[in-house]
Amino acid sequence: MRIGLFVTCLTDTLYPDTGRAVVAVLERLGHQVDFPAAQACCGQMHFNTGYRREAVPMARGFTAAFGGYEAVVTPSASCASMIREYYPALASEAGDAGLARAVAEVAPRTYELSVFLADVLGVTDVGAYFPHKVTYHPTCHGLRMLKVGDAPLRLLRAVRGLNLTDLPDAEACCGFGGTFAVKNAEVSAAICADKVAAVRQSGAEVLCAADNSCLMHIGGALQRQRSGVAVMHLAEILARTEETR
Amino acid sequence: MTAPGQPGQLAAGEPHPGMPTYLGMPSFPDAARIAVADSQLRANLTHATHTIRAKRAGAVAELADWEQLRQAAKAIKDHTLAHLDTYLLRLEENVTRAGGQVHWAQDAGEANAIVAGLVRAAGADSVVKVKSMATQETGLNEALAADGISALETDLAELIVQLGHDRPSHILVPAIHRNRAEIREIFRTEMPDAPAGLTDDPPALAAAARSHLRQAFLSAQVGVSGANFAIAETGSLVVVESEGNGRMCVTLPRTLISVVGVEKILPSWRDLEVFLALLPRSSTAERMNPYTSTWTGITPGDGPENFHLVLLDNGRTSALADPTGRQALRCIRCSACLNVCPVYERVGGHAYGSPYPGPIGAIISPQLRGIADPVDASLPFASTLCGACYEVCPVAINIPEALVHLRAKVVDAKREKNFSPERVAFTLSGRVLRSPRLLAAAQRAASASRRVVARKGRIRLLPPPLSGWTETRDAPVPPPESFRAWWARTRGNRS
Ligand code: SF4
Repeated sequence: MRIGLFVTCLTDTLYPDTGRAVVAVLERLGHQVDFPAAQACCGQMHFNTGYRREAVPMARGFTAAFGGYEAVVTPSASCASMIREYYPALASEAGDAGLARAVAEVAPRTYELSVFLADVLGVTDVGAYFPHKVTYHPTCHGLRMLKVGDAPLRLLRAVRGLNLTDLPDAEACCGFGGTFAVKNAEVSAAICADKVAAVRQSGAEVLCAADNSCLMHIGGALQRQRSGVAVMHLAEILARTEETR
Repeated sequence: MTAPGQPGQLAAGEPHPGMPTYLGMPSFPDAARIAVADSQLRANLTHATHTIRAKRAGAVAELADWEQLRQAAKAIKDHTLAHLDTYLLRLEENVTRAGGQVHWAQDAGEANAIVAGLVRAAGADSVVKVKSMATQETGLNEALAADGISALETDLAELIVQLGHDRPSHILVPAIHRNRAEIREIFRTEMPDAPAGLTDDPPALAAAARSHLRQAFLSAQVGVSGANFAIAETGSLVVVESEGNGRMCVTLPRTLISVVGVEKILPSWRDLEVFLALLPRSSTAERMNPYTSTWTGITPGDGPENFHLVLLDNGRTSALADPTGRQALRCIRCSACLNVCPVYERVGGHAYGSPYPGPIGAIISPQLRGIADPVDASLPFASTLCGACYEVCPVAINIPEALVHLRAKVVDAKREKNFSPERVAFTLSGRVLRSPRLLAAAQRAASASRRVVARKGRIRLLPPPLSGWTETRDAPVPPPESFRAWWARTRGNRS
């Protein structure tokens, strides 16, 4: 299958390892991965902060970059939900019929990585090996907006050597919320403190999630506390094999 | 504490047309910053919200058709709101036919004036009250007090708030922010007939409140209530409560005045069935509600001799004009969204600057009052958009969708007005983030800066407005090479 990788602006800029890991996993499964260089940002931060007008050209840019792929795969449940759930409304609000058509064409074929692997391709064992104690945080947009269900957990359970441990109160928000973390920094930090305590309580060596934005938030607090718990995007765990360990 | 110089801000002392008693409160970020530092408050709230959260989930899981009920409720409310004019006239007709009198109030001031006039006409100078969100919204107690009429709250938690000269902080449990010791102290100092040696044992506190209220019930001439539902087909009102005090207020006094938001209407009794299944489970995690009182006009020799229904608009019809925002009018005030909200759990209800706290407050207050005031303009941003509220809402209000919609309204309203550093930042970042070329250039700059900004591979301090982040969290250090640059370097020939 010819797959377009939407790496997201955050992962592109700050977490290139995640992007490389997505490529590695998909290629290992025998798929051809393209990175259309015309891609930029999906516009979610602008949209969610009230700058909807500014988000419209970003939606146009996205659809132009990814038209024609059989599947568009992204390592962010949050960005995937922006495209799938909010692009149609954004296009109709902007009164742009061309954009609405392009969205109707590309949005349904845009998948978050774990959903693409586990539900679209039907693969849970991607040949990964990761002999560590890992806990999984289901991010809010993945859990409640995109409804990825247990796809990430099914993938993690199939990783050889991986010891999956429960995260207490796992479904609680980490307090990131994009610009919320800046506009209401103290509240965001208070919510994050409870998430970090739960992560430490789990006894895991690695906190895994399918979204780098939330990992940046929780990981930033874990690092500040010198907790010794590493954070890793799901893709990076799935990319590990006996050879690469 | 409100930010100075914001357009549309009301001068101190000028009556707020919507919710008068909340005038001059600080905007959400300021109020929340103070609240979140109160560790006792946070501990109380965490305990209370987690307990009810788990119970609600259990009560809801018992019903296999919960989702169908929820969708039915949504459909009934949407239908009713779409034909609000028809059903309101039908309600008025049937209330009148049953011996009641209907009054229409455009805003809080009108509603309060109508009630005050009716109390005077009944020859009374005091009223007993059923717990009611509508009269909290209009600031009725304060308005009556200004008119020399005293209002006694009879719901236990509402009484605690009233005696403590306080504001409610939760829709269902207005005194959720108070613990037992504080309640005992309030009773001891503010309740003249508090028994000597009152302890903070909950039954003792409840007994003290009961004897305090009993005399008032027996002597009250006028009762004031809201209503959870108004049934258009018969002109009946429905009040759902847990203590039975509400039932005394609506049956014992000779005159009953009910102040009801126009969106509380349901077409028929059949529709009510759906809501009586959803509300108790969502609200108190009970299968059935303890006291459900209904009445239709007046019945000679039984209950009040005079019944007045005050139908309140106070911003509801303007909310109705907004296709995305109006879903907030489906709200049945169950408070499930408060109990699951990560933000409410940390800051409590007062920070929301209205009797409607939590997620529903963040979308209903800016619609009822408008967004000219900085408090209201800050409310749609008081959320992480985690979506837990939408998941539990029994009438399926998509609160995150309404929040981002209202955020856009706030941003758009400010576009033509004052200079805003935030807008400049978003306009510029928008240009960069939609252009692969500019994004690549910014990434190269970030990568080049990594040795400058990071100390020992960590970023522990950023300048404002990002300094709030680095108070408690490290910031990510830019990598030596972006993904885009890596791809171009290693596979550039392929796309
Ligand atoms: S918005 Fe929904 S969950 Fe919140 S109080 Fe209203 S009905 Fe209940």
